[in-house]
Amino acid sequence: MLRVVTGFIDELRHSGVPVSMVETLDAMRALETIGLTDREELRETLRATLVKNLRHERAFDTAFDVYFSTLPRQEEHDDVGEQFAGSGGGGPGSGGGDADLEDLVAALLDSLAGLDDEALRRAVGEAVSRLAGMEPGRPVGGTYYLYRTMRRLDMERLEELLMQAMLGEHEVTEFERRLVTEEVAARLETLRAEIEEEIRRRLVADRGREAVARTLRRPLVEDVDLMHATASDLAEMEAAIGPLTRKLAARLARRRRRRSGRLDFRRTVRRSLATGGVPADPQFRHPRPHRPEVWLLCDVSGSMATFSRFTLQFTHAMSTHFSKLRSFAFVDTIDEVTDFFGPGIDFGSAVARITTEAEVVWLDGHSDYGNSLETFLSRYGRQITPRTTLIVTGDARNNYRPPRDGVLADIAKAARAVIWLNPEPHAYWDTGDSTMSHYARHCTSVHEVRTLRQLERFVEELTLPTARGSGNR
Amino acid sequence: MSLDSPQEVAGALRAASYLPDARIAQVVFLAARLDKPVLVEGPAGVGKTELAKAMAAVTERRLIRLQCYEGLDEAKALYEWNYKKQLLRIQADADHDWDTISHDIFSEDFLLTRPLLEAIRSTDPVVLLIDEVDRVEVETEALLLEVLSDFQVSIPELGTMTAVTRPMVFLTSNNTRELSEALKRRCLFLHIDYPDPARETEILKARVPGLSDHLADQVARVARSIRSLDLKKAPSVSETIDWARTLIALSVEEVDEEVLGDTFHVLLKYQVDIERAAKELTSNPAR
Repeated sequence: MLRVVTGFIDELRHSGVPVSMVETLDAMRALETIGLTDREELRETLRATLVKNLRHERAFDTAFDVYFSTLPRQEEHDDVGEQFAGSGGGGPGSGGGDADLEDLVAALLDSLAGLDDEALRRAVGEAVSRLAGMEPGRPVGGTYYLYRTMRRLDMERLEELLMQAMLGEHEVTEFERRLVTEEVAARLETLRAEIEEEIRRRLVADRGREAVARTLRRPLVEDVDLMHATASDLAEMEAAIGPLTRKLAARLARRRRRRSGRLDFRRTVRRSLATGGVPADPQFRHPRPHRPEVWLLCDVSGSMATFSRFTLQFTHAMSTHFSKLRSFAFVDTIDEVTDFFGPGIDFGSAVARITTEAEVVWLDGHSDYGNSLETFLSRYGRQITPRTTLIVTGDARNNYRPPRDGVLADIAKAARAVIWLNPEPHAYWDTGDSTMSHYARHCTSVHEVRTLRQLERFVEELTLPTARGSGNR
Repeated sequence: MSLDSPQEVAGALRAASYLPDARIAQVVFLAARLDKPVLVEGPAGVGKTELAKAMAAVTERRLIRLQCYEGLDEAKALYEWNYKKQLLRIQADADHDWDTISHDIFSEDFLLTRPLLEAIRSTDPVVLLIDEVDRVEVETEALLLEVLSDFQVSIPELGTMTAVTRPMVFLTSNNTRELSEALKRRCLFLHIDYPDPARETEILKARVPGLSDHLADQVARVARSIRSLDLKKAPSVSETIDWARTLIALSVEEVDEEVLGDTFHVLLKYQVDIERAAKELTSNPAR
């Protein structure tokens, strides 16, 4: 047991979940108090002691399923399984198989409609034996088998049948139908999860824990490359963005701590009465809290699609913390999109409005930083104040057009700071059509932000020059 | 009340009309066994604070609550010297020499205990609830560390005060910011999400007398449906309970579009959310 647990913890660390020594000891102590017969008890015990961040739960569950998998349910169907394994790679089973498949689908439907977990597990075991066509020894993670099983089961038909079974004969309103549809979706999701787990069990039995865990290992959300994030990755990131923007807001509002503000004459005189009219204890006004003005400039061109979706989400979250946030989107020209975001506005519709209403394309829809910056300066340049912090997000890939970095220099001169966030690896900067170093010269700082973790670090380490008084540099 | 297995914990919580799922029962059981604090995280209104209250009821312990807020400091969380009383003591007794007095005024008589110290000093075992710990600044979090790992408080003038009885500690967080690793390391972690419809139905039936099975089921499923939308604030469990009560007050037996449209404001607290939900769930969005 101890060996399995340490192996499991190793696997967690490999996939990036930080597990400290103390937590390992806690887990061991906790295991002494529980029965070890119930798998779910074991799962929750390890989860509570080892995983302290919601974002790491997916990695935890995957690793747990592999390391503490139960025996696969194939014993009783071994003969059937082999029979089908013979015709492995081919299409669905021949002749007599179709009738069997119907029986199987009926069994699945019954168990799904009746919420019978035990029957479901049995039916899934059979389905995997017959339909997955698993080949021993192949170093795969099982996704292929999962889709193969689901395709052969024909999930769409299952969905239809289940809908029928649950709606019954009578007329239903649109509203009732919606509720039932959601219920069906939830149950089919349990079916999918059950199939996935069953396949995993068999893989583990076949290839051993370590090997399977290695193939299943995926980067944690904070390490996913923002340029290639999937929709589900982005959804998970969303949860992390809220706390991060709050922190960024606090960072930007911070100024170097001066002891106090101007002398408060009235309060000083009043205090002096206690010391017989001698102003021994001078009083000062509180310094006015600094209200940062933040302007975000996002490249929303095609090559940046995933990243810009992320930055826009970030913008959206920021707009709840800053009253003076302005956002701009650009491709080869720039337009203000501040009004598209804000409290109470749905993110999806905001993105849709940027693509339809905002004028971000001037010529051909390929990034043109030079023209965008120039338009920006001529249209909004006079509104930049020494309290304005500009954050530019983009890869600085200019399609071999003139960078016109002098324009950025003029902008930087007027603003408090210009920060550039580049989603490309540092090594790719200045290769091909990237003109990063032209712009970097004029920026207060330039950061590689490829992952959520890097964005977190950027926020963590952010220090800005204090707001300058107008004129003196 | 014996809490010797997760099932017994679940049973006891049920008796206190808090319906835990397997995960909650397991973590609470571990916390009791290992004497470790529990950090409970999750969206607003899923019963994080309620869990601590229920555990206080189950174990028949006093609940001491520290509500966190931005700017919470040592004087409000741990202890403070009652300096007015100290001044009086010095004035009342001017004859004694300085040593006696200074020794005297830094004794327990002049100490004002705040929640954390109170929980440590209590002779009866207590349940300590540190609510919304994500609201304090990172620096203030450090105040909690000594209490959470060693159940003791160090007061420079008096020395270290160690807990007579181990308090059962719950911390709650809405995850508005990441808590420090140091704090997390000292706690068991429990994430509570919105309950699935089956459990929510149970909760509704336990909390709302006179609610029919059918209606409870409908309410729970509508709640899930609304929560799946992208809203500013999703309805919490307490709001679905309120909604079920409203439905009973209106003697509704069947939730349909019209009823839903009329009672959205019980579930949702922002106009934009109401509009959005109306658009998705009902056929007449103009409201």
